[in-house]
Amino acid sequence: MTWLAILGAGLGCYLLNLAGVSLPAKVLDHPLAQRVADLIPVALLAALVAVQVFADGTRLTVDARLAGLAAAVVALLLRAPFLLVVFAAAATAAVLRMVFPGW
Amino acid sequence: MADPLALRRSVVRDSLGVGIATGLYGVSFGAVSVSSGLSVAQACALSLVMFTGASQFAFVGVVAAGGAPLSGALTALMLGTRNTLYGLKLAPLLAFRGWRRPVAAHVVIDESTAMSVTRETQGLARAGFVTTGAAVFVLWNLFTLVGAVTGNLIGDPRSYGLDAAVGGAFLALLWPRLSDPRNRVIAVCAAAVALGVVPVTAAGVPVLVAGGVALLAGVLRSPATEAAEAPRS
Repeated sequence: MTWLAILGAGLGCYLLNLAGVSLPAKVLDHPLAQRVADLIPVALLAALVAVQVFADGTRLTVDARLAGLAAAVVALLLRAPFLLVVFAAAATAAVLRMVFPGW
Repeated sequence: MADPLALRRSVVRDSLGVGIATGLYGVSFGAVSVSSGLSVAQACALSLVMFTGASQFAFVGVVAAGGAPLSGALTALMLGTRNTLYGLKLAPLLAFRGWRRPVAAHVVIDESTAMSVTRETQGLARAGFVTTGAAVFVLWNLFTLVGAVTGNLIGDPRSYGLDAAVGGAFLALLWPRLSDPRNRVIAVCAAAVALGVVPVTAAGVPVLVAGGVALLAGVLRSPATEAAEAPRS
């Protein structure tokens, strides 16, 4: 059952990708579709940031990840390259957890 | 305008950076999968066949929380629909034909889209897409295997701050889009909505609900606003 779900969902996800690159771009000619397609990555990325930083399963929590995000914001304001932004976030959280275990 | 070769090199370098940062996180996916009760082979199959991180984490998250494999599969598919939208945007930009298209389709993910969709030329867009897609695919699968096999041996990925790194990475991908004030409003709303539904939905669903915010905003925006802003595009 688990294998069936894994392979079925995996194939389904691939077909969703294939549909996207195969459908005529005319689908996006409609202004509404264009607007939605522009806004969706913004909404999804913002939601991914929020969930990745504050969610712990189905609980909301504040921990070292928030400090990591703050470090990323500082790095971005200083126009740091992507990898440095990611490293700043990880290092900040890692150091905080070394000092305050369990955070 | 910068030297085209230097520009291309910087696109490839940034893409490799994204690829490495994302691929390394495969360790935590592998580790999370086996601790959720999946076998090493099942963890690797998810990374090889599904190959879209959010869907994979959602799948194992639902299974770990005691959900049925079928509901895990549905959550993964719902999250996978955003790759369809990415593909629609990428297809005219990358213009892949023949065998390249079905191959490229497999690596249409958040990161490869973000690293190519903003490029000004087809060459740069392809460089960003192919470099990011290939780097993430190779490393993500390799590190899924490493994470699944070593399991808890390497310790908690959190002690390396890997969970915080992913939030930072998503923010860095979002950052350039936030120069538009309207996008800032959408981003704040989407984040708030996602956090609002975290306590009441299965892992992975809050992000999808936030996608609904974008849909709603797109539908509600009046044609008058559109006309006033038209010269900008």
